[in-house]
Amino acid sequence: MLACSNASRVKSGDFLYGEGCHFFARHQPVLLFIAMSDLSVTPPGASPNVKKISEAVIRFAGNSQDGIQSLGGFLARLAGRSEQEVMTFMTIPATISGGPSIFQVRIASGDVLTSGDDADVLLAFYQHSYEAHIGSLKKGGIVVYDSDQVQPNPELQSKYRHVGVPITNLTVEAIGGTSKDKGKNMYALGLVAKMFDLNVSKLEALITERFGSKEVVLRNSLLAFHAGYSYSLGNLIETFQFVEGHNKGMQQVVMNGNEALAYGLIAAGVRFGAAYPITPWTDVMEIMRRELPKYGGVFVQCEDEIASVSMALGASYGGRVAVTGSSGPGIALKSEAISWGVMAEMPLVVIDVQRGGPSTGLPTAVEQSDLNIAVFGGHGDSPRVVLAATSVEDCFYTAIEAVNIARKYSVPVIVLSDQALATRIEAFEHPNLQKVCQDISPRFDPVSEAKPYDLSAPDGVARHVPPGTPILNGKYPIATGLEHDEMGRPASPKLHGPMVAKRRKKLQLLGAELKAPETYAAKEGDILLVGWGSTLGPIREAVDRARADGESVAALHLRHISPLPNGLEEIFARFSHVITVEMNDEGLYGYGQLAGLLRSRYCDPKIRSLNKTDGLTFKVKEIVERVGKDAIAAMKKF
Amino acid sequence: MSESVIETLPVASAAPRKVTRKDLTGEHSTWCPGCGDFSVLALYLKLLEKRQFPQESVANVAGIGCSSRFPYFVQTNGVHYIHGRALPFATGISLTRPDLHVFVFGGDGDGFSIGGNHTTHTARKNVNMTYVVMDNWVYGLTKNQTSPTSPLGSKTKTDIWGSVDQPINPIKQLLAAGATFIARTSSTNPNHLLQMMEAAVDHEGFGVIECLSECVHFNPGSFDAASPRTNGKFELIPASHDVTDEEAAYKLAAAPFPGYFGIFYKSSRPTKNKLEADIITAQQSKTQGKQDWEIMQASFGKMK
Ligand SMILES: Cc1ncc(C[n+]2csc(CCOP(=O)(O)OP(=O)(O)O)c2C)c(N)n1
Ligand code: SF4
Ligand SMILES: [Mg+2]
Repeated sequence: MLACSNASRVKSGDFLYGEGCHFFARHQPVLLFIAMSDLSVTPPGASPNVKKISEAVIRFAGNSQDGIQSLGGFLARLAGRSEQEVMTFMTIPATISGGPSIFQVRIASGDVLTSGDDADVLLAFYQHSYEAHIGSLKKGGIVVYDSDQVQPNPELQSKYRHVGVPITNLTVEAIGGTSKDKGKNMYALGLVAKMFDLNVSKLEALITERFGSKEVVLRNSLLAFHAGYSYSLGNLIETFQFVEGHNKGMQQVVMNGNEALAYGLIAAGVRFGAAYPITPWTDVMEIMRRELPKYGGVFVQCEDEIASVSMALGASYGGRVAVTGSSGPGIALKSEAISWGVMAEMPLVVIDVQRGGPSTGLPTAVEQSDLNIAVFGGHGDSPRVVLAATSVEDCFYTAIEAVNIARKYSVPVIVLSDQALATRIEAFEHPNLQKVCQDISPRFDPVSEAKPYDLSAPDGVARHVPPGTPILNGKYPIATGLEHDEMGRPASPKLHGPMVAKRRKKLQLLGAELKAPETYAAKEGDILLVGWGSTLGPIREAVDRARADGESVAALHLRHISPLPNGLEEIFARFSHVITVEMNDEGLYGYGQLAGLLRSRYCDPKIRSLNKTDGLTFKVKEIVERVGKDAIAAMKKF
Repeated sequence: MSESVIETLPVASAAPRKVTRKDLTGEHSTWCPGCGDFSVLALYLKLLEKRQFPQESVANVAGIGCSSRFPYFVQTNGVHYIHGRALPFATGISLTRPDLHVFVFGGDGDGFSIGGNHTTHTARKNVNMTYVVMDNWVYGLTKNQTSPTSPLGSKTKTDIWGSVDQPINPIKQLLAAGATFIARTSSTNPNHLLQMMEAAVDHEGFGVIECLSECVHFNPGSFDAASPRTNGKFELIPASHDVTDEEAAYKLAAAPFPGYFGIFYKSSRPTKNKLEADIITAQQSKTQGKQDWEIMQASFGKMK
């Protein structure tokens, strides 16, 4: 099955930092899209067989055990070190023993918003890879196939340029017979390096860093890589050269969304976490388990998700906001405890790396169908904060924002990411860690009194003093899930109204502080596409394409799901149609989950939605086709 | 907080003010007159007074149930959490705040039914805290349903013909889970109850006490056989019992009701608190003297 294009890098947005932190201005995107196959200008003096290109989409198709992922990872990291933009996409089989797997990487000298709908180059390791993925090539694209494994289809020879290389045998020849099937990925890396005139010494350095501790693996990897690089591809096809990247001079880091979340949490000052493994959340807990001790922290693997959220709440109560996380099924299990956090007004960060649901659903595929459980999944009136990260870079900053909102408003904050964002690799500007890293250690200075649930607090926010703080009047409050008075003692229903209102009002206050995001491409017009989370990239690229075709389309992307930022109604008023673009179902009443939220908030019948539930990210062309005028007209049936 | 308050603070070096029973007494307790839980509370206050833990250094955590109302009745830091999950909450406190004395109070339903998995895993992890289960063989708060410790044939509102499900033996359960301090006592024997609480507090690790605590409302007379005052027998574990002998402990736990009272098992397996602290020490020895942002900068250096 073909799996394509992903979302996004965002470089603007409002980020809330804690005390002592500054607002960051991050650079605005400059759009430049010249696809490889569109550009055949040969600069004077250059060899006729070298083409200058500004971007390329390369897809590797093989089996997961062939090391396709690490091959793609090397290219992504090289792009990061070459001041180029990069975005990747991969599919992994749901079974451990392996199976067909792809890794797609889009490298560009300009901005990259998605991993690309169609590929310029396909590297096919097996017959099944060739057959399943040849259709993902652009017309005239190049397929490099392992001629030891693949019988090309003669009918396709005219549509795509075919280059057969006996990869299997040449790899064995390079490394020696013992390592059959191992090292083909490194041979392929060599081929690609040659084809795109990539920086060999930087690649060698990357391979050495990766395998440095394993002498034999390193030697074989370098042997295979050099063998691939020495293969005279140049006789068969032209080679390509990237024009200089526009991120010149910019220090970049390369990571995936789950890594960015984990490091963002640590940068924010989180030193305790607890969780239970579940795909695609697990990497975050694995990284934090490994990293936190360096910073004096602990991550605990618990017996289940209920214990995890409880342990994190206990640590938060101890005085320093803690984290738990999961994917949909685990979020459901945490729900009772999250509502306790709302009632007791305990800060907490909950990460939800969404996958297809309900139930076990599609464990390794993407979906954005946990918006409702995140916003509404509490019993009783239990308002909480929900944020959605839009890119790998934004995962890092959203984690920090979540920690700071949790602390400032003494409330559980849920961060929505998703399977595609979790696994895709991006290069982004190296954060200024000295500025970004926060110290949020608790203080235990004595206080004269402590009244956490003070109804007269102007912001309505509970102020807990951490245990260990001497309270001089000798009255120690209770953190509680029972409706309570200002000291946390059980209260009569008479106090319920004012306390419910207090917990609501503080989040209305937060909503009032959130500025509406800027619209993309136009401030008014016919169609406004509204997205949330990881779909930012394909939505923006779709807007660019639709506008190039003369359509009056703009986009708005929400990072704050609950509370919603202020002033969206004024933006909506400037468009004839407001269409949410969501990877979830249209539901019983014909609207996606964000559309439902916006409709209930703004009572605006022109808000409709464009949904999909195939477990894949949006392709740009898919959005473009579905926002055409006819399609909009058809949607009016609701 | 105003400056003046700081100035009036007793300086750390001055002798701390004595913590009295009056200081430690919280809200007026709401249990039925005669409920066994009163006695657990009274002896706990006595323990705190005797040990002179500063009020701010004690955290009492409970789930839901009659017995779990406990934190309101003590004037220290308190948490009234959700049904069955007090142990993991308390673990979060214990692991991040080694300076605090962490206590968990709860019922038999809280600890052996809805929270059974947490009891097992907190025991296995050997998290440093003291856990007192007030076992009344019934669900008190929800008004007389069968509990996981209700003896076979118990007539409750959910077993009007008498209960048919095999009850849990808390001591056996805790032994199998790997708890490192397991004791059994009764609210009717104050001296013994205090003795067991003291031993549990002194234990480095997860110290659990099963305390028979009669629900006079729904289960009157249930523990008569365990008290000489009601013509029963409060039989101590034989002095010859080796508390490190797990199999011997298991055999003692199998004795029919009223069984034995005292410390069944005690071992000095390292706590999770200690093991995690060791990991931190080992990891931090590699990054000595570095600021947090510098440690992260080094990690990012490898992500290029
Ligand atoms: C999730 C959840 N389920 C059920 C309840 C209702 N409930 C409250 S206390 C309790 C049982 C209490 O029994 P036990 O733990 O033995 O405490 P006791 O009242 O006997 O001291 C139940 C079922 C609840 N509060 N929360
Ligand atoms: S119902 Fe039973 S357990 Fe609850 S307070 Fe009354 S006597 Fe105690
Ligand atoms: Mg009970």
